[in-house]
Amino acid sequence: MPSDHIIKSYDEELARLNNTITLMGGLAESQLAAAMDAVVQRNSDLAATVVENDVRVDELEREVSSLVMRLLALRQPIARDLREVLAPLKIASDLERICDYAANVAKRSIVLSQSPPVRPAYALPRMARLAQALMTDVLDAYVERDADKALDVWNRDEELDDMYSGLFRELLTYMMEDPRNISAATHLLFMAKNIERIGDHATNIAETLYFLVHGTPLSQARPKGDFSSTTQVRGNTGEPDGK
Amino acid sequence: MEQLQEMTSSDTETVHSGPEEREPERAAPVSVKRPTVSRDKTIPARAEVDKVAVNNLNFYYKDYHALKDINLTLRDKRVTAFIGPSGCGKSTLLRVLNRIYGLYPGLKATGEVMVDGVNILDPKQDLNLLRSRIGMVFQKPTPFPMSIFDNVAFGIRLYEKLSHSELQDRVEQALRRAAIWDEAKDKLKQSGLSLSGGQQQRLCIARAVAVRPEIILLDEPTSALDPLSTQKVEELISELKSDYCIAIVTHNMQQAARSSDYTAFMYLGELVEFSETEALFTHPQKKQTEDYITGRFG
Repeated sequence: MPSDHIIKSYDEELARLNNTITLMGGLAESQLAAAMDAVVQRNSDLAATVVENDVRVDELEREVSSLVMRLLALRQPIARDLREVLAPLKIASDLERICDYAANVAKRSIVLSQSPPVRPAYALPRMARLAQALMTDVLDAYVERDADKALDVWNRDEELDDMYSGLFRELLTYMMEDPRNISAATHLLFMAKNIERIGDHATNIAETLYFLVHGTPLSQARPKGDFSSTTQVRGNTGEPDGK
Repeated sequence: MEQLQEMTSSDTETVHSGPEEREPERAAPVSVKRPTVSRDKTIPARAEVDKVAVNNLNFYYKDYHALKDINLTLRDKRVTAFIGPSGCGKSTLLRVLNRIYGLYPGLKATGEVMVDGVNILDPKQDLNLLRSRIGMVFQKPTPFPMSIFDNVAFGIRLYEKLSHSELQDRVEQALRRAAIWDEAKDKLKQSGLSLSGGQQQRLCIARAVAVRPEIILLDEPTSALDPLSTQKVEELISELKSDYCIAIVTHNMQQAARSSDYTAFMYLGELVEFSETEALFTHPQKKQTEDYITGRFG
């Protein structure tokens, strides 16, 4: 970590910026955890609370924007200082999206709780635990400014993508088994997609952190394991394939 | 004491009689321990108190109308910066505040400058008392041609009768306050001129705070200093503001942006805009201000 500025108020303002990001990160972690509890426990009250809490992260994002604006105007940061001021702007945006996705998962769980439990729903908490681990690790990496930890998170997203692809196929199959499953399965599909997107935003944060530390972007393309966009599941309806 | 400073930094030959000794009523020593300032957002901001109110101020260098109807307030325990192109009147305004213009013939001020509710432009105002309450630091460091100790003690001796040990304590306090004690403590008997530029400027600040003023005026205090010394002086100003009302003239608007709470933009003798620094540098009200700060004209 770089040493202190001679002008202490500069460091204090940077600390305020970082603390706000840490607050947002904590909020994102707890929102996702609560959303998954709501799914597993089929607890609609908890789900409603998660949805309500989403406004708090919007306020924090506005605060980050305002702090960044102030720092740019009043301090004219350069070199690493400039990266330190711009990174929180991007990360706040990613964290705000993560919270949105968590709230969406909570919202859909309310509908899901009103019908009998569906078999593929059990895969959702497993996906969520993976996403939570990515989030926790990338937030720790941010606090420690650890680019290697960030790189590790960046690589692990592939596993989450794989899980999503598998769940996608399973849900298509489930829907083809019985049309009465379609409603619940469709909600589950969206929820699974939301969790997969949470993983993507966690890797965005990892990329931003890598750039913050090294000053050069991650040049390789991120390994992508989400093949759902090209997935087809052909059913056993007795008809020739393709119909 | 400011008279002596002015003489060492310019070519005037005016002769003055020595200043009177200060009345004892002013001498009750006040502790210089600084209150800790919390930057925690949950603690409410300290109440803002107006220290200096400038009302309808006009200033003339003989026939030249240098300041045109200035109205503004300097708040206590805050830093107010004055920015603007050369010749806009910012240094002139500063020099009205401690009436140092009175050294020169043909200069005239009309209007009011109220310090704690008392108009200091009143001819009946005791100038020496005024200048013990309002200190000034100039662009070119102006240490007196005497020892470091005497530089700081000079002003104190002008206004107060102290024993030698009391004087030593006061000098040490002032040098500590100006963040130069560690560098100066082993060479108090050496000439003030033996210090580096940045150190000399901090010595001048020590000299200003030694007489326990309420207001400190700084006229481009870091223009002659290198970046490291500049930052040390800016950090010092940031610490000092918890005890004083500070006004700083600077042609470096980034310095104004970094160091001040309020900023006044002046142009051709007029006050164009005056607001909180963050507001002025993020969304100025007047196009003229925005043009100046974004470098759209010199």
